[in-house]
Amino acid sequence: MSIKINQLTYIYNQGTAFEKKALDDVSLEIKKGEFVGLIGHTGSGKSTLIQHLNGIISPTKGEILLDGENIHKDKAKLKEVRRRIGLAFQYPEYQLFEMTVYKDVAFGPTNMMQSKDEIHKNVVAALETVGIAHDLYEKSPFELSGGQKRRVAIAGVLAMNPEVLILDEPTAGLDPKGRDEILQAIKRLHQERGITVILVSHSMEDVAKLVDRIIVMHEGKVATTGTPKEVFCHVKELEAMGLAAPQVSYVFAALKEKGFDVPIDVFTIEEAKNVLLNLVKQVSV
Amino acid sequence: MIRDITIGQFYPVDSLIHRLDARVKLTITFIFIITLFMVNSFVGYFFVIAALGATIKTSKVPLKFMLKGIKSIMIIILFTAFINLFMTRGEQVIWQWGVLSLTLEGIILATKMCIRLVLLIVGSSILTLTTTPIQLTDGIEYMLRPFKKVGVPAHEIAMMMTIALRFIPTLLDETDKIMKAQQARGADFDTGSLMQKAKSLIPILVPLFISAFRRAEELAMAMEARCYHGDENRTRMNRMRMQKRDYHALAMGVVYILIIFGLRYAARVLPFMI
Repeated sequence: MSIKINQLTYIYNQGTAFEKKALDDVSLEIKKGEFVGLIGHTGSGKSTLIQHLNGIISPTKGEILLDGENIHKDKAKLKEVRRRIGLAFQYPEYQLFEMTVYKDVAFGPTNMMQSKDEIHKNVVAALETVGIAHDLYEKSPFELSGGQKRRVAIAGVLAMNPEVLILDEPTAGLDPKGRDEILQAIKRLHQERGITVILVSHSMEDVAKLVDRIIVMHEGKVATTGTPKEVFCHVKELEAMGLAAPQVSYVFAALKEKGFDVPIDVFTIEEAKNVLLNLVKQVSV
Repeated sequence: MIRDITIGQFYPVDSLIHRLDARVKLTITFIFIITLFMVNSFVGYFFVIAALGATIKTSKVPLKFMLKGIKSIMIIILFTAFINLFMTRGEQVIWQWGVLSLTLEGIILATKMCIRLVLLIVGSSILTLTTTPIQLTDGIEYMLRPFKKVGVPAHEIAMMMTIALRFIPTLLDETDKIMKAQQARGADFDTGSLMQKAKSLIPILVPLFISAFRRAEELAMAMEARCYHGDENRTRMNRMRMQKRDYHALAMGVVYILIIFGLRYAARVLPFMI
């Protein structure tokens, strides 16, 4: 399933003194199975953009095509659109409300009128994907730790069996362990189920490590798009937009300046380790 | 949709009325409301409208905003008008049907009642439109001070009002966010029977209450951490000081009272003033 955005414009509070253009003529295409990272400074329009994708906000101008069909063409199908495109908001644990973890995760599938067996199958699969143990199913979601709550909330979106998963800053405010668990779960989902993932993140490290393609938003427009290597090469432009390249690349730029023969397009810790080990070998020889 | 709700809206422009001391504005509004019930003739109302018009003009707030408040109590106004129109007994009966009768006295009374209600709303909305919530609560705290001796916790009341006003937009934002999140999980708030609609509120209300309690706790903690302990020995960063213009406004308030009483007396003595 592909998502196509055609000349999307969105204006908040149109016609009042508080009018604000959040999206300005955005055109994009996201292909099936892609892992896309969406980055941009606060207020660049990332959140507004992703809320358009499953029809929570209707565009002021332009259209969103899901497999070639405008998602707002048939209001009755909007629910199906929301099932196919799962959206986990920032701090999703603040939407938990049910008595038990199981029931909360089942909220989405129940709304989608799935059968009892189907609901059970999807809920268990979703909770297993995010690594929530069986003995927690009947606990109150409010008794869990911060990281667990977050994973349960994401499972609540996954349980609808979406074909596209959109995550708005899924790791914000979590400790390193919680972050790793969530990112691992997302990676597994992408690899095993082959679903399309759109990850909104402020962490350039996470983006560099995980995604196939980056979309950079700036002041309501798509500034650039490309593979992590292509995008992070333009450090100057990124910094002008209030962003940055991953920390590691600054280390390598500094090394290069000191006269070491290293590539400057190193963006993940893994790559860095290999390059540095090679360098150490060469020097000691 | 939920963002359109506004309560106690402040209209940010710079005008003489905006710059007046909140205590003066509170006093004058108070005088205005009380004297409104002493006006007994159309000439009197004409004077009140003229005075109010002049104040609105000085405040630089568009009339549209002033009249917004009326919309919300339109039903009450219509109801009052209806009761007064048809339930007033009088000598000059114009039309009668069962217990309902339309009299000249009824028409006059209904008109006066409606004018009074509209003036009441517009008059008090000038206060909230030209005074920031903080100034307003500071003013209220000051005015309540004399009652402290009889055990009225003036400072605490003012602080509670400030906090409540401060959190209205925050909680509205939160509601908006939670609604969107539950919609993303297929929640439907608009269709279904009344029972289903009521039930569909649970996924909004539970998280909203939890977040309200969490925020209250965090705020209380933050206040404690800054050693807040209520009113005692507390000094202010912005002290309220009366300026020349404030005394002028108060003097005008006194003149206003005198004119209202004069007109009231005139209406009694002179037969041509209804």
